[in-house]
Amino acid sequence: MKKEVQKKDIEAGYAAYVKPFTPKPPYLKNCLWAFFTGGSICTLAYLANNLLMEGGMEEKNAQTLVTVGIIMIAQLLTALGPFDTIAKTAGAGVIVPISGFANSMVAPAMEYKKEGIVLGAGAKLFTVAGPVLVCGITAATAAGVIYWIAGLF
Amino acid sequence: MADRKLGKQTVYFENGPFVAGGAAVVGRKEGEGPLSEWFDFRLKDDRYGEKTWEKAESKMLKEAMMLAMKKTGREKSDIDLVLSGDLLNQIMSSSFMARDLQLPFLGLYGACSTMTESLLLGAMLTKGGFAHNIVVGASSHFCTAERQFRMPVEHGNQRPPSAQWTATAAGAMVLSEKRSSIRVDCGTIGKVIDAGVKDANQMGSAMAPAAVDTILHHFADTGRSFADYDLVLTGDLGFVGKAIAADLLIDAGMDAGLVKSRYDDCGAMLYDRERQDVHSGGSGCGCSAAVFSGYILKRLQQGDLNRVLLLSTGAMLSTISPFQGESIPGIAHGVVLEVC
Amino acid sequence: MDYLYTFLIGGGICVIGQVLMDRTKLTTPRVLVILVLSGVVLQALQLYEPLVNLAHQGATVPLPGFGYALAKGAIEGAESGIIGVIQGALKATAAGITVAVAWGYLLALCFNPKPPK
Repeated sequence: MKKEVQKKDIEAGYAAYVKPFTPKPPYLKNCLWAFFTGGSICTLAYLANNLLMEGGMEEKNAQTLVTVGIIMIAQLLTALGPFDTIAKTAGAGVIVPISGFANSMVAPAMEYKKEGIVLGAGAKLFTVAGPVLVCGITAATAAGVIYWIAGLF
Repeated sequence: MADRKLGKQTVYFENGPFVAGGAAVVGRKEGEGPLSEWFDFRLKDDRYGEKTWEKAESKMLKEAMMLAMKKTGREKSDIDLVLSGDLLNQIMSSSFMARDLQLPFLGLYGACSTMTESLLLGAMLTKGGFAHNIVVGASSHFCTAERQFRMPVEHGNQRPPSAQWTATAAGAMVLSEKRSSIRVDCGTIGKVIDAGVKDANQMGSAMAPAAVDTILHHFADTGRSFADYDLVLTGDLGFVGKAIAADLLIDAGMDAGLVKSRYDDCGAMLYDRERQDVHSGGSGCGCSAAVFSGYILKRLQQGDLNRVLLLSTGAMLSTISPFQGESIPGIAHGVVLEVC
Repeated sequence: MDYLYTFLIGGGICVIGQVLMDRTKLTTPRVLVILVLSGVVLQALQLYEPLVNLAHQGATVPLPGFGYALAKGAIEGAESGIIGVIQGALKATAAGITVAVAWGYLLALCFNPKPPK
């Protein structure tokens, strides 16, 4: 008896067939760019942090100020336009640091401003940031609750 | 009434309808591409003096239709019907174009296959005597499609090399029962073919099987082959999809030499691969609409081409279907234009 | 030496993100969520703190560092009871989130997206 061809077999077969036709991203180049831009952003942030502390600022405040600074610069670059051009080359180097999170808020908010400043820009500010905050806060609070319960005994 | 069916999926016409003419309006990037000089109007600014991208796209489509009427010497009052579509939710660009145009309007959705869908339906309506002059068209805009289907424009992300660039373009043709130099010979209505591709950055490979299916059915229904056409042109498979379609056609027994010399794709023609950063080529309704209405019609009118098979290719995904884990269904409709 | 660790670890985390984006079909938002969650989980297991001590901004500036800050706040809040847990995550990250929202919204209202070249 002939085995009937399954839909998923065709899909798998076609996926394997088109693979050689599909150009791959330049993995090594992308990773090198991500490594050097990402590393540089972190190092500059550390440098700024140390300079602030030398100026007499408390460590906690210096850290906060550095994070806030990166967010503000990234969002300004998004608003003025060059962020997406930089990200095209630097990739994860600017997307994975907090700058990517900052960019993901301004970009859709600007885009949807035409649909109103409340339901357009106001709501779309959270298209990407929303899921990140929701998942992050829920998971972190869950971890806190586990620690709290563990501390009761 | 004469039977106009041929085989399973093909309809044929005799003695018209005729394509009186057409016009293409393209965006800045498309206007800097290799086909630049063939387009009737090239925007300097993709916003086209409008407040929103959607209105800009709508205006481009309207402009293409007005130009097509003007070039063929027809007044608005001569037009019985407008058939058009685009990629946006509830075909916004077309509906808003029709709001301005104030002509009887039937909106179509065939994703990027809309140009040949409207051409084919328009030809059938004209042949059936339901209209004397019909304007058909389609449009797309990078900035409207991108934010609806992918990411906001300023969002920092890397497009993989297999991704395609939605063309900012609109094309329109005037179909008429009155004799002119180009006639619609026949058309093949495509089936929705889904090869199971789920990655929205691989539109070319998702649509290639649908294009090949329609081409093969067209040949089977009409008894023709590549040798009967000066050019077989798919809509927006891009560089990747074009290579896959060519390979599938040769695999299906088509002559390799003819496939190489007579098969091409609008998405692979619209941009300069080396100079313009478009990854795997153009896509969108406007891609095939502008190339067919601008470039191909003029080549036919000049007599460089005699008989062509045009197939706009569409990816029938919605904005929510990828999130529900659905793969991308493809479709392609073929129309044959012939110099007479 | 501290600068070297900052550079290497910061760059290394970005490479992990790059590999996730290039080699898998994950979209950018999903990658960001995964990175933040990984920071939360690692800190819950008390594995991220040592990395921060070693690499400073190299560990706190990338997104797992955001997850780390959220988790650290909630876990430290647990010492003062359940109210501390509830307040902890956002308290620890309040400055960043507030600036990102308010400054981002302000910029979005003042500027418009430009069509790509």
